[in-house]
Order: sequence, then structure tokens, then C-alpha cells
Amino acid sequence: MLSLLPESLRHDRRLVWATYAGLALLLCLLPFLVDAGMGRTWVRILDFALLYVMLALGLNIVVGFAGLLDLGYVAFYAVGAYLYAILASPHFGLHLPFWVLLPLGAAIAGLFGMLLGAPTLRLRGDYLAIVTLGFGEIIRIFLNNLNAPVNITNGPQGINLIDPIQVAGLPLSKGLDLGILTLSGVHAHYYLFLTLTLLTIFIALRLQDSRIGRAWVAIREDEVAAVAMGINTRNIKLLAFAMGAMFGGVGGGLFSAFQGFVSPESFTLMESIMILSMVVLGGMGHIPGVILGAVALTLLPELLRYIGPLQQSLFGRVAVDPSDLRMLLFGMGLVLVMLFRPEGLWPSPKRARELHPDSPDVSRQEQEDLYDASR
Amino acid sequence: MNLLELHSLAVHYGGIKAVKGIDLHIAEGEVVCLIGANGAGKTSSLKAIAGLLPAAGGEVLFRGQPITRLPAHQRVRQGLALVPEGRGVFPRLTVEENLLMGAYQFDDKPQIRIDLENSYSLFPRLQERRAQRAGTLSGGEQQMLAIARALMSRPRLLLLDEPSMGLAPLMVQKIFETIRGIAAQGVTLLLVEQNARLALEVSQRGYVLDGGRVTLADSSESLLGNPQVRAAYLGA
Repeated sequence: MLSLLPESLRHDRRLVWATYAGLALLLCLLPFLVDAGMGRTWVRILDFALLYVMLALGLNIVVGFAGLLDLGYVAFYAVGAYLYAILASPHFGLHLPFWVLLPLGAAIAGLFGMLLGAPTLRLRGDYLAIVTLGFGEIIRIFLNNLNAPVNITNGPQGINLIDPIQVAGLPLSKGLDLGILTLSGVHAHYYLFLTLTLLTIFIALRLQDSRIGRAWVAIREDEVAAVAMGINTRNIKLLAFAMGAMFGGVGGGLFSAFQGFVSPESFTLMESIMILSMVVLGGMGHIPGVILGAVALTLLPELLRYIGPLQQSLFGRVAVDPSDLRMLLFGMGLVLVMLFRPEGLWPSPKRARELHPDSPDVSRQEQEDLYDASR
Repeated sequence: MNLLELHSLAVHYGGIKAVKGIDLHIAEGEVVCLIGANGAGKTSSLKAIAGLLPAAGGEVLFRGQPITRLPAHQRVRQGLALVPEGRGVFPRLTVEENLLMGAYQFDDKPQIRIDLENSYSLFPRLQERRAQRAGTLSGGEQQMLAIARALMSRPRLLLLDEPSMGLAPLMVQKIFETIRGIAAQGVTLLLVEQNARLALEVSQRGYVLDGGRVTLADSSESLLGNPQVRAAYLGA
């Protein structure tokens, strides 16, 4: 967890713990502060931000750690979401509990991850991107059309009335009565999502520092050399796909239970691109950066909801539809970040140096090399 | 017993027959080189030995055991280490991270430490640059790193693919001095090289490859004196 902190802070132990304590307190109070200051809608948005942090961390394993460009990540999210929806809704009359479905969703999504990974083992870069993109679309189209001859997914109408998460026999969506304090549904979900997000971060950090993490980096850097190091690149790549997909599957299950409704529309290519943008914009391969990217890209577009009323009060009418602005600003933001901070908003220190070759650090190294060569 | 034996090994790329059945053997402690023109099948043979290319025919025996169908990463565990053509260091990892990656298969931290120190004493240059990213090293330093990294896997047989490629003449001399030093420590070496003179000078025996076949096999000394070899590969 220490690696989440900037380097300058790591030395003073007490300062480190004080920072953590402050952060923990803030995260605990956040929904109440946001509720009081900005309204309940924003607590809901906060819940989604946490959900996207989990998804982005999952995709980061595949794209950031192992360097496999995956444009179909939303497929695993969809698998998790639909698995939950089918097994816990009146659609088939099945009502399996959340705590069974969450690990099951992770496992099935992981299986789908390997299903995608196996035929694409020899592909890299843009070729891999195209195949994964196709895979994502195939899953979505399946969901859209699997309502005949046997109605499994209920087609474009989606599945409704999905069971909420039950805690002690009571639905979490109706809120939680803790005696001294009553939590509303969105608040209760916040704490559940926060717990799972912290767990996700923990797993991602452990993976990064593990032997497997090092093998992923080796594959990203040079696959042939990785084999020559004795790394079983086939299994390690499959594992990257499976692990990433598992995070997606958990996210999907949570989404399903939280929304109470799923339809194929939630799982378009745009969603994959959005999650990929979070990873890239935040700082590929760097866990704190990816978290920042996910939070920023969930919260910032929501600010646009104030644009409509603002125009109304300024010009007396809505001149530009905020939803049109969304894509425009998103695109502009992406272009600007890639131009001025190609390493992402919060990159690992290593990667930051690499993409700024004119920094004194690197130019000194180059000078040395020139000197050596002329010797 | 021979450490490595090839029995009519063949390697194909699609329809192209790059290696058309070669026989070769290396005894423990020997330094053997494979020379020949561009496209003679040298690198393909080496890749097939390392398991990076499938054998289209024939057999590869390592320590008497057939490894022809064994995946590449398992051959590394048996003690076959390849220094790939074009070096293949991990450019964005530091020198030390690269070296430690060479010990990927091992868990014994103390021994890995010792191996690391040995690498540094073999290549003091790498110690100076241990925290530097491998991509910023000069070509010669990258070659040193690739060799040191391969040694980290504690190989019984080290396969070197074109160690002189793309290096300045002075650096080539330096690399070959090191290769001589490694051989003196008793590591068995199979060297593939276009620079035939250098290769024959460090090795005890040599194979001349032409058109995917072994055309000559002899002690390096006789090959250096062979008029055919001199005319074709030594430019004299």
C-alpha cells in the first residue's frame, strides 16, 4: 500500500500513518459530506466512481501490466452483470444470494477471459486490439439476440427487477438501519463498493509485486526474451486475461444488483473505450494513476449536468445540449492530455522520465553515453 | 557424454526450408561455433535448439534426453540459455531488474545475490549502470547485459546468437574477450557468428553451414587454415 504515496512522504513513518488515517476518515465521511453539499445524486455518482475504479484496475492488469491492448473489456463486465441478472431475478424465477453470485460471476468472467485469451495468444498490438474489439461486440450482440428460440437474456428489453444485495435478510437498496445511524441505499452501497474497491487495490498491488507481476512486465517489454528467461508466456498471458476479466465480472455483478436492471445498451464499445481511457489517461500500469483516471472520468462528465441550467439562467434557453458537449469535451480532453502528458495524469516515476527525454536526468545519461563512445 | 546432440534437425518457415537436416554435437566444457553466410540457417538452428522454433524433423538431445518437443521455457529450466539475436534486453527495466529477470525460475535469494555479484564482477560496467534503464545503454553494454542475464539462469549450455552484430569493432573485441573469459570458467558455449574469424579464434571446433546443411565440420584451427573457408568466409 505504501507505493500509493508520493516518494517524499514515504520516509517519515508517522506522517505516512497520519496520511492514511486522514484518507480513511475522508473516505468514511465522504458520502455524508457529498450528500449535504451536493445532493444524493452525487452519492450515487460516487458509487459509480468506485465501480469504475474496480473495472479500470482490472483492465490495467491486461493493458498496463501485461501490455495486451484489450478493446473488448466490457464483455466481461457484461458477463458478470447478466450472470447476476439471470440468476437473481424473476426472469427465470431464480433468486440466488449475492454472496454466491459474486464469486461465481468472477469465476465465469475469468473463464470468458481465457476463452478470449486462448485464440489470441499469438497476436499483439493492433491485431489483438481488433480481435478483442470483435469479441466485445459478439458478446453484446449475443445478449441482444438471445431471446429466441429460448429466452435467456430477454433481448433488447433487458432484464428488470433484479434482486438487490441482501444484508441480514434485508435489501441493501432500501438502506441500512444501524441503530444509532440510518444509511440510505446509496450510502450503504458506497461502503460495500468501497470495501470491495480497497480489496481490489490490495490484490492489484500484490499482483504487481509478485513473480507473476514481473513475468507480465517481461512479456510487455519483450516476449521472445521473456520466453528465454524461462517464463511460460502462454499461461502467464492467459492468467492476465483471466485476472482482468474477474475484476470485470465482479464489477458487472455489482452493477446489476445496484441498478436493478441490465440491457445490452450498457455494454457498448464506447464503454470499453471509456474504461481504457481511464487507464491510459490516469497512467498506464500505475495503480494510483489508474484510480485517479477512473474517478476523474466518472465525475467530470457529471459536471455537465449543470451546463443546461447554467445556459438557461444566462441566455434564457438551452443553446447547446449538454449531452452533445460530453463527447466533444471528452475528446478534447483526451487529445490535450496525450499531447502534453502522454504518460498520463499520474504516471509511475519511471514512465514519466521515459516520455520526457528532454529532462535533465535523461540528457545527462545521453551525454555520458556519447562521452563513452568517443573514448 | 555429449551435452547437446542434433540428429538431422530440420527447420521450416512455412514452405521455406531454412535448415535441411544438420548433425551436431557439443561435449561438456566445449566452445563450438556455427559459421556461414546470411541465410545459411545458423540462427534458425539456434532457435530450434532453444525451442523458439519448432523442429520440422530430426531430434534434439540435451544431456542425453530428447527435448525436441519440450516448450522453450522448460528448456531454460533444464539449463539451456539463449542470448537472442539483437540482444533482446527489457528496455524499460533497469540493468539490475534485467539481471534478476534472468533468475526468474529461481527462488533462492542468497544464491541469486551471489550470481548477481558475479555478473557485476564479470561486467563492472553493468554495476556502474545498475539503476539505469537498459534501453539507454550503448549497444555493447546491452550485449553485455544480455549475456550476463543469460548467465543468471545458471546455464549448462549458453547459446550466443550473433554477439558482434551492430557493434563497433572495439566493442566487438571486448565482447569476445568476455566470451573467452566465460569459456575459461567452464561454461559450454555454442556461438553463432557471421564474423567467422573471431568465432573460430575463440572456439575449439566449428561447423560451416551453407544452404541449411553442414558443409564442413572440423577443429577451429584447421578451419582457419582451410583454403575454402579462407576464401569464402575469412576474406583472404
